[in-house]
Amino acid sequence: MLKAIKRPFVMIGECFRMSLSNIWGSKVRSFLTVLGILIGVMAVITLITTVNGVTGSITDSFLSMGAGTLTVSVTGSDLKSGMTKADLEELAALEEVEGVTPTVSINNARVSRGGNYENRISVSGKNAYYFLSNEEVVQRGRALNFIDEDNMSYVCLIDEEMIEDFFFGVDPVGENLYINGIPFLVVGIFSADSTESIASIFLGSPSILIPYTTALKMNSANEVTSFTVYMAEGVTSEQASDAVEAAMDVMFSFEEDCFTITTMDAIENTMETMMGMMTTLLAGIASIALLVGGIGIMNMMLTTVTERTVEIGLKKALGARQWQIQLQFLIESFLLSLIGGLAGIGLGLLLSMILSNVMGTTFRISTDAILLGFGFSAAIGIIFGWAPARKASKLNPIDALRSM
Amino acid sequence: MDSVFFRMENINKFYHMGDEDMQVLKDVNLEIQEGEYLSVLGPSGSGKSTLMNIIGCLDTATSGQYILRDHVIEDMTESELADIRSQAVGFVFQNSQLLPRLDAVRNVELPLIYAGVSQRERTRRAREMLDRVGLADRMGHYPNQLSGGQQQRVAIARALVTNPGILLADEPTGALDQKTGKQIMQLFRELNEEGRSIIMITHDMNIAANAKRVVHIIDGVLTEGGGTADA
Repeated sequence: MLKAIKRPFVMIGECFRMSLSNIWGSKVRSFLTVLGILIGVMAVITLITTVNGVTGSITDSFLSMGAGTLTVSVTGSDLKSGMTKADLEELAALEEVEGVTPTVSINNARVSRGGNYENRISVSGKNAYYFLSNEEVVQRGRALNFIDEDNMSYVCLIDEEMIEDFFFGVDPVGENLYINGIPFLVVGIFSADSTESIASIFLGSPSILIPYTTALKMNSANEVTSFTVYMAEGVTSEQASDAVEAAMDVMFSFEEDCFTITTMDAIENTMETMMGMMTTLLAGIASIALLVGGIGIMNMMLTTVTERTVEIGLKKALGARQWQIQLQFLIESFLLSLIGGLAGIGLGLLLSMILSNVMGTTFRISTDAILLGFGFSAAIGIIFGWAPARKASKLNPIDALRSM
Repeated sequence: MDSVFFRMENINKFYHMGDEDMQVLKDVNLEIQEGEYLSVLGPSGSGKSTLMNIIGCLDTATSGQYILRDHVIEDMTESELADIRSQAVGFVFQNSQLLPRLDAVRNVELPLIYAGVSQRERTRRAREMLDRVGLADRMGHYPNQLSGGQQQRVAIARALVTNPGILLADEPTGALDQKTGKQIMQLFRELNEEGRSIIMITHDMNIAANAKRVVHIIDGVLTEGGGTADA
């Protein structure tokens, strides 16, 4: 007659029922207990989703603006500090290269007209090829051409912001604008768009475009230190990069470390590395938050075990085995933590959706983050519930019943 | 039914109280037949609750031999003791000790859960047992919706639902008024007539007199009392 009946599945279903009724029975306390887990998981979900969204948006715009281009920055050697006009023309003549557009920046220029002036305006020198390959940049008026380039003409294109600042109610085309005291003829209006160079992400978009030769003259320089190479059709970035490197090695007499060629692949890799580091960092922060949450759960479970001593004794008297008592408390802390985790996932997604709307980044639900939050909260329930459940199961039924 | 349900020989029980060992049970010898109805009568502190805990396998003796239906209890592991509690013994406590968040049926089902009985079978047996103790119309009530007597009936149903060899009752009428107490005693008598063994622990001579056999326990020493009310 006395054979041990061991059917855990009967127990497990019942444990879930009892646990839910216990958790529901002390709503306020359960809520406060899971708050730690909830906030922890919410933070993880929000951070990961938001970082993913931001990185995704940045990567997307990088890729769209940089398709088919290489960015070269020149540090130069003792003999040769940058690229001359002839050097650039030589590069542009390469089979793998469609064209080259130098960028010569005049930062913090003082721009004035009449009584108005603005400091710290970003002025950028471009060549004619830039306008040929980015025709949509010019909104009105004309682009800069080879004649402007060769003559180092004092002509410029300005953006909407400059119109607002200096040409309120006036058609700017044909008017003069003073850059560092020199009068420039406004020949056109341009709009910054996604075809801007990658550097503009970090340096800010220029408000005024002038011939790069003019910009060099204003900087009292003869050589270009930053330019974009447009690759010929059907050429991989590796082929183009190799060709440009070979040509530039000759120009710099094979001295080392004179220039850096950045391809989109490299930028993509960098972004991925950055994203990986971010995620690791966030995971670190998250584990601390979840650890704190877990301690909260453990504390609550230990209190519960003490409070329910009589119940535990009673259940033992009614034939509950140690593992059955342990399972019940384990399931209770597991459920408690999981409820917190699920609420955290929900709130986290909601919060990151709002954030992505506010910041204008893409909202991408990260399955990884959800699984992480889910898994973490479940694991924490079990890990931090283990000791209290063990304690409950080891309670001597006599001691437990004596407090009746 | 003349087979022996359990036999205790020279049972001693010591408790550590600070530096001293306190002897709670002294050379207790007791033998119960299947179907017997026994009262253990003694004042508080006499060791009667300890005796009940040892009979019910909640506690083990310090020395002596306790054999329950061919099982030598001293040799058993904690898990085997739980099996005995689950199947051979049914407890009824003074304050019924129902779980407040479960209704009557689910309270009665509790021991069956630990015995691994399926949901459908559990509910069937719990309802049957509640019907037997006269609570057919109180199945879905929660403990706080039941009177003291009704709560104790639920506790009795819970103790009997696994069909144990013996019902162990510790002051089952202690928290009840006289009239309700009498009804519970009537129920015990009926259950015994149906063939269930009952051991009832009490400090009240009048309650003890309901049993067919009474033993006295004073300062841990057990003596046969002999006097019975209705035998």
